[in-house]
Amino acid sequence: MTPRPTAMLIPIAFLGGLYFAVFSNVASFLPALLNGLTVTIQVAIPSAILAYAISVAAGLGRLSRNAAVRLMSGAYVEIFRGVSLLVILFWLFFVLPEFGLTLSPYVAALLGISLNAGAYGAEIIRGAVQAVPRGQYEACVTLNMPGWRKYSRIILPQALIIAVPALTNMTIELLKGTALVSAVTLVDVTAAGVRQNQLTYRTIEIFSVLALIYFCLSQVVRFAGALLETGFNRHLRTGRS
Amino acid sequence: MADEKIRFEAVSKRYGSLTVLDQLDLSIGAGEVVSIIGPSGSGKTTVLRCLMTLEPVDDGVIWIDGIPLNKELRSGALIEASPAHLRRMRTKLGMVFQNFNLFPHMTILQNCSEPPVYALGAKPTEARSRAVDLLKMVGMESKQDHYPAQLSGGQQQRAAIARTLAMQPEILVFDEPTSALDPETIGEVTEVIRALATKHSYTMLLVTHQIDFARDISDRICFFDKGRIVEQGPPDAVIDSPKETRTQQFLRKVAKAR
Amino acid sequence: MDWRWDFTFETVIPRILPGLWVTVEVTVLSFFLALFLGLFLMLAKRSKISFLAFLAAEFIEFMRGMPLVVVIFFLFFVLPMAGIYLPPIWTGVLAMGVYNSAPAAEILRGGLQAVPKGQWEAAYVLNYPPHQAFRRIILPQAVGPVIPGLGNLLILAFKETPLLSFVAIPEMLDTAKRIASETYRFTEPLTVVGVLFLILSLVSAVFIKIVERHMIPEMRHGR
Ligand SMILES: Nc1ncnc2c1ncn2[C@@H]1O[C@H](COP(=O)(O)OP(=O)(O)OP(=O)(O)O)[C@@H](O)[C@H]1O
Ligand SMILES: [Mg+2]
Repeated sequence: MTPRPTAMLIPIAFLGGLYFAVFSNVASFLPALLNGLTVTIQVAIPSAILAYAISVAAGLGRLSRNAAVRLMSGAYVEIFRGVSLLVILFWLFFVLPEFGLTLSPYVAALLGISLNAGAYGAEIIRGAVQAVPRGQYEACVTLNMPGWRKYSRIILPQALIIAVPALTNMTIELLKGTALVSAVTLVDVTAAGVRQNQLTYRTIEIFSVLALIYFCLSQVVRFAGALLETGFNRHLRTGRS
Repeated sequence: MADEKIRFEAVSKRYGSLTVLDQLDLSIGAGEVVSIIGPSGSGKTTVLRCLMTLEPVDDGVIWIDGIPLNKELRSGALIEASPAHLRRMRTKLGMVFQNFNLFPHMTILQNCSEPPVYALGAKPTEARSRAVDLLKMVGMESKQDHYPAQLSGGQQQRAAIARTLAMQPEILVFDEPTSALDPETIGEVTEVIRALATKHSYTMLLVTHQIDFARDISDRICFFDKGRIVEQGPPDAVIDSPKETRTQQFLRKVAKAR
Repeated sequence: MDWRWDFTFETVIPRILPGLWVTVEVTVLSFFLALFLGLFLMLAKRSKISFLAFLAAEFIEFMRGMPLVVVIFFLFFVLPMAGIYLPPIWTGVLAMGVYNSAPAAEILRGGLQAVPKGQWEAAYVLNYPPHQAFRRIILPQAVGPVIPGLGNLLILAFKETPLLSFVAIPEMLDTAKRIASETYRFTEPLTVVGVLFLILSLVSAVFIKIVERHMIPEMRHGR
């Protein structure tokens, strides 16, 4: 990863932020915003983990030899990619109880976000598995590797390396998706910001802080992705033309 | 030489700390066919790219017809050439790439007829009939409405040669024109180049790994190593009785590979 | 569960269909705005003026980490403060246009980068003037690779329109919420909206596949 000039802005923003937080009227809304940030993070991390698991399962499912598995994974992907996250959230929270299944706001948020992101992730994983060169499969056959070993030891590790950049983007999209959880009555950082705006009318300040928070979060994801990528690629750098 | 077409005068080219061309001197007469051979990384492609003004040179002057190419004469002094000067000088030069670089969104005929229109201001109808003639000459008339992706490598390269000729250059430059080709299509391309070398009066500069082909068509062979000409002379002399040990080593390796 | 078909057909669908029109309108308008802004962003990012390139790159990065709702709310609150009173729909179009300009810029840039360097060189040795080389050689080849990306962006934009319900722009989801709050029935309106989205995005995905397939078929297996 090339060092981006923004990296320098972060410490400056942090110090400036401290001053700002203590000496300006930001103090009036900052605590509420940070409470919201906690909710955002509490939703984002578990749903990201869940989304990765779903991605791998559904992504491999779409390549399965079993037609029923293929069909189900395909239907899942199309449905959850086809419908807006916000509609999914509303549906999980307000309609599912009609079917006798009442979810808590937190569970509804988690499920909605991870199912939505997982559908995109499944396509990423599928593409990455297909991008592993044919020769790798053929080598597995000549080495007599059993099917599951072939996937767990040879194909998936290579596919994940290919998928890291796209999964990074998916994770950032997931993070942005958490801004919609006010639909299921959770008060995340965005909802907190909007609420504080109605109370204090400090629109510019609130939204600047909000924007900075999201920027920082997405940069953390991006940095982690870049780290993962270089770590994975360490062994591959030579030997590939 | 009476009528000198190209002269490299102490031309140097560096990439960072790597000196790729080292004070190169090379003179080529009008109508002469010169082949450059040498090990990989010795700077053969770089010579051609500098001549084509695809790469700026760091030191020295390249002359074409006694006019500086990479410099311009302004009130008695040589200054860096302007884009307009480079454009003017490039009309004398044509290049055939190793990987053809045909325009994939145009048919073969368009590839050959559009550049003269957009770069030289030729009349579309004239450019078109010239292109048809040239495609006939390289044996591609039946494929003129095909797109590059629909053709074999050998056919693409013949079309690329026709496109280069359509610009009516005086100097032809080939960078390993056959090394991206399947063995069975190499012959059809070398035949076209051979015809250009023997039946026409182009000045030609050719980089190739096909020693026999180079011997056949060249007036002179230059052996390149580490950005310098180690040995040059008539093909038979350089190939059959090389004087320099590095040339001998290289030719022995190539002979073994065949 | 009780699902009422008469309610679905007599109340829900007739009221939601106008919302669909708003959705389509906002999608298309904001998409073209995004393309327009994205083109400038892309040119700025490729520009030789390094400060401009830096600004464009950072703006793109910044926008890509920003939730669309935040942009919507921001414009919704700030524009009136600045004395600019737009109809809500236009604010929505503006928000989505600005938001999607970043990915649009990246897609356009990717298209240009997909054109091999050899094409620039070939145009150069054939003495094309630079602007002709760009227009006649590079641009036509950049269009093909850009189509799928822009198609996906259009579908994404379409699926983002429900966020405008946060500021009560009468698109489909907003209409559904209104019906729900009037009749205390969530099931039918929300399900109808979900199914409509599903159908429309499936249809548009197929449509984009077709466009892709018919785009300059000779080039499909080109370099
Ligand atoms: N754009 C560049 N940047 C840095 N180094 C370069 C560049 N182009 C060429 N080189 C280096 O310059 C040297 C000469 O390259 P050149 O392509 O001229 O060799 P060559 O004789 O044509 O070799 P080959 O037979 O493999 O084509 C090589 O060591 C190469 O790595
Ligand atoms: Mg070379």
